[in-house]
Amino acid sequence: MAIEIKAPPYRVFNIAPAIKPGAMEKSKSFQANDKIQSDLGFPGIGVEDWHDRAIGKMGELLGKYRSLKVYMDACVHCGACSDKCHYFLGTADPKNMPVARQDLMRSVYRRYFTLPGKLFPWLVGARDLTREVLDEWYNYYHQCSECRRCSVFCPYGIDTAEITMAARDILDAAGYGQKYSNEIIAKVHLIGNNLGLPKPALVDTLEGLEEDVKEDTGLDIKFPLDVKGAEVLLITPSADFFAEPHIDSLIGYGKVFHAAGISWTLSSMSSEAGNFGIFIGNYEQMRKVALRIRQAALELGVKRIVVGECGHAWRVAYSFWNTLIGVGDGATDPYAIELQKQLDHRYKQPMHICELTWDLAERKIITFDKEANDGKIITFHDSCNVARGSSMGDYQGGQFEIPRNIVKAVANNFYEMREGTTHEQTFCCGGGGGLLTDDLLDLRVKGSLPRMEALQEVVDAHGVNFMACICAICKSQFTKVLPYYGFDRRLIGGVHQLVSSAIRLGDK
Amino acid sequence: MTMTIMFAVLFYFAAGLLTVGLIYRITTYARTPAPLKIPTTPAPRTRAGVVMLMAREVFLFQSLFKGNLWTWLFSIMFHAGLALVLLRHIRYFIDPVWSWVIFIQPFGIYAGFLMVAGLAGLWGRRFFVDRVRYISTPSDHLMLALLIGIGVSGLVMKFVTHTDIVAIKNFFIGLMSFTLHPLPADNMIYLHLSLIALLMIIFPFSKLLHAPGLFFSPSRNQVENSRDVRHISAWAAKLESGK
Repeated sequence: MAIEIKAPPYRVFNIAPAIKPGAMEKSKSFQANDKIQSDLGFPGIGVEDWHDRAIGKMGELLGKYRSLKVYMDACVHCGACSDKCHYFLGTADPKNMPVARQDLMRSVYRRYFTLPGKLFPWLVGARDLTREVLDEWYNYYHQCSECRRCSVFCPYGIDTAEITMAARDILDAAGYGQKYSNEIIAKVHLIGNNLGLPKPALVDTLEGLEEDVKEDTGLDIKFPLDVKGAEVLLITPSADFFAEPHIDSLIGYGKVFHAAGISWTLSSMSSEAGNFGIFIGNYEQMRKVALRIRQAALELGVKRIVVGECGHAWRVAYSFWNTLIGVGDGATDPYAIELQKQLDHRYKQPMHICELTWDLAERKIITFDKEANDGKIITFHDSCNVARGSSMGDYQGGQFEIPRNIVKAVANNFYEMREGTTHEQTFCCGGGGGLLTDDLLDLRVKGSLPRMEALQEVVDAHGVNFMACICAICKSQFTKVLPYYGFDRRLIGGVHQLVSSAIRLGDK
Repeated sequence: MTMTIMFAVLFYFAAGLLTVGLIYRITTYARTPAPLKIPTTPAPRTRAGVVMLMAREVFLFQSLFKGNLWTWLFSIMFHAGLALVLLRHIRYFIDPVWSWVIFIQPFGIYAGFLMVAGLAGLWGRRFFVDRVRYISTPSDHLMLALLIGIGVSGLVMKFVTHTDIVAIKNFFIGLMSFTLHPLPADNMIYLHLSLIALLMIIFPFSKLLHAPGLFFSPSRNQVENSRDVRHISAWAAKLESGK
């Protein structure tokens, strides 16, 4: 890459930067080639009638999604969201203000779908959909991580993520797909996970893992694959199988199941919690990816489905699985009934690994040796999709309390980052929403600025040396960008990495 | 008499368009499915909780309060002022006047100042905050000009020029029973009424749709119970049966 990527300086005052128009207009994620596009059934680059396809798709989505329809109309340009996006704070490009990002589409919506925009485009900021506009869409709708932080502050709850998703769906329909996300989705359809790990590789990895853990603990802790009749099917992000620090959390899940005596299995056919269908805003793709999980659950005959540490995966699982594939309660339609009969409804379906671990800890079925984590001074990063797109437990806000409860149960030193950067107001890591690709590294480094500032404060004040989270994308993103801000990349890790160190195994 | 007829026609037209336009918009919003559960969490898990959340959004602008204190302050001033002014204006459409309308009359009069001050603050942000200046379109400015024009022309009639308010009341009560009573020949009332009619006409085509829109915003109005109740839209259910 021609430009040197470096971290922006920390802000002296915690306020929005002065706008720098055009600062990120050149940021462009690699485009999907015709092969990738056709794998997902999308048209390829240079499709002749891209304009009509785009407008047609937009009309279709306006009729299918109330969110899009209402959000296109309701914005009053009040600016409450304008300083809330981490990409704006990190880049100062005004088109990274949520309202301006929405306006990229709203201007076209007004031109083609509203009377004032048809009659007086200059008055209401309406414009024709040209190739240049489409290019601008592509660049700036791939500078949104769909983290929903803006939606917290909008007086009408306008969620830019919904608009970004719609924009990407329209772009795909016009042959303008993103290489990173679309390639990954195709891999899931073909093989079953984002990384394209086939079953033999998975078997190999898990056997190696069992040996490593045996060496470490002296115990036969299993990482079972494709075991029919297991109690739990664990659906975890495929990064957990080999990436650092992800794998330490996978070891943690294995130890929890082992200590609690719960039989469990992974599935080779459905070896991915991640669902990039949400990122590209395509319902059919998202559903198709999720259907592998229903199929695996039915084939393996499991009673419970548990999801590993992954932010957007948990949003899809918690908020959408019941809709998409009937994993959940209360389905009365024939499609989900077979699955409903099989699942054990004494447990929440699906369940987050943190819900499972915390429940076992509360019931004293698993216990911890907190001192094992005394070398760590810990803070917790709320991952955006967990914080603002899902929940845990039986009460509002469980998604914040349960992971923290676990951290506090397994370690002695815990400090919160500054208010306004955690819980529902947490800052995205800067790499979510289909942006975790090296062609967007400059954006990712800049977008992590607000989180890095908050982290720096607790590092300075309390000597924090470990930031726990429950998201595979956060883990990969921070591992990459922490060094740009002068931190050790091992500062980031999973909650179950801490569980793994502290859980009592042999003496139970 | 020409002016009386013109304004009568104008107000029938504006009221008709406002009613039909809003009904059309609201039915469109209501009919458009929301295929996925997307409340911005943490969100209430019961319908009653959602009603409470909505009440806080509608009356207190809770999210805006979290977002920007200045914008919140000016918005509350404007909207609360406008609400009082509108309630006070009920007296021009009913006879005898309800006692609570008589009670709020003094508050309603001064609320006009609150409303205009709030609008001025909101307009100021469009010039002085670079981010808000960047996103402002001509229509954003004109909308504020229109509302300020309505507020100021009303205040002028109340505190400076005075107008034949009894005749105006007769005109509107007449309109409501389809009889014409003469509108007093007064430029300030012509201005005030024209701007109001214009506002009514553009309402269903403009960002003023934020008012009904809020009630249909899925991130705010959905109950967060996705694991307990299957939520599925008609078009998505068709995918199931097609499988």
